[in-house]
Amino acid sequence: MTKSIVVEREMPHPAEKIWRALTSPALIADWLMANDFAPELGRKFQFRAKPMPGWTGVTNCEVTALDPPRTLAYRWGDGTESDSGLRTLVTWTLTPTATGTLVRMEQSGFRPEDEAGYRGMSGGWPHILAGLERVAGTA
Amino acid sequence: MHAASDLLFRTLGDPTRRALFERLARGDALTVRALTERSGVSQPAVSKHLGVLRRAGLVEGRPTGRETHYRARPEGLEPLFGWMGRYAAFWEGRFDALEDLLKRMDQ
Repeated sequence: MTKSIVVEREMPHPAEKIWRALTSPALIADWLMANDFAPELGRKFQFRAKPMPGWTGVTNCEVTALDPPRTLAYRWGDGTESDSGLRTLVTWTLTPTATGTLVRMEQSGFRPEDEAGYRGMSGGWPHILAGLERVAGTA
Repeated sequence: MHAASDLLFRTLGDPTRRALFERLARGDALTVRALTERSGVSQPAVSKHLGVLRRAGLVEGRPTGRETHYRARPEGLEPLFGWMGRYAAFWEGRFDALEDLLKRMDQ
């Protein structure tokens, strides 16, 4: 039994334009992360962020669905990058509306042990409070 | 899980509440009176903030005699430190950045 995160927002832009932002490496780097993505089914690529304790900063990905300009899916994590062995699937769905496009992102495949296994709670209070500052600052 | 982390962000986004929570997180259970001293905020305001923190599961109150002692609940932060809570916050931020990029892009 796994769980998902869903984020959904209507944006006042045509689906084709949003598709470009989701599938062009230079544009992806602008809003998401440095990457070597290419819009090809089966393409293996990486997102790269700053390494953190317990995480290499790399996310290994693979394109698993590509249907321009409607659906894009990639595996997010192959279980080797972090202590937790996170393996999820990110699916983007673009649906035209009267005034723009409904953008839906679903990240699925979180297992119950992914939550308990995360080391963030294990470092004691100073660690937690430092993390809190970081997280609350992004809210 | 998503709703839980939203509530935590709203609760801890307020600097006064975060300071109260951090004060409790550092040590013993404290009363409203003790928390009000040196906080620069009135006692009713401290009580109100404690109510918000309690509803978010971040503090608990234990009545002792005529006063209530409050202590921090570290487990209340779990949604922020689990992967799902982290990713929920991450994607909200990325959606903001995506909208920002779309505004800058040519049609």
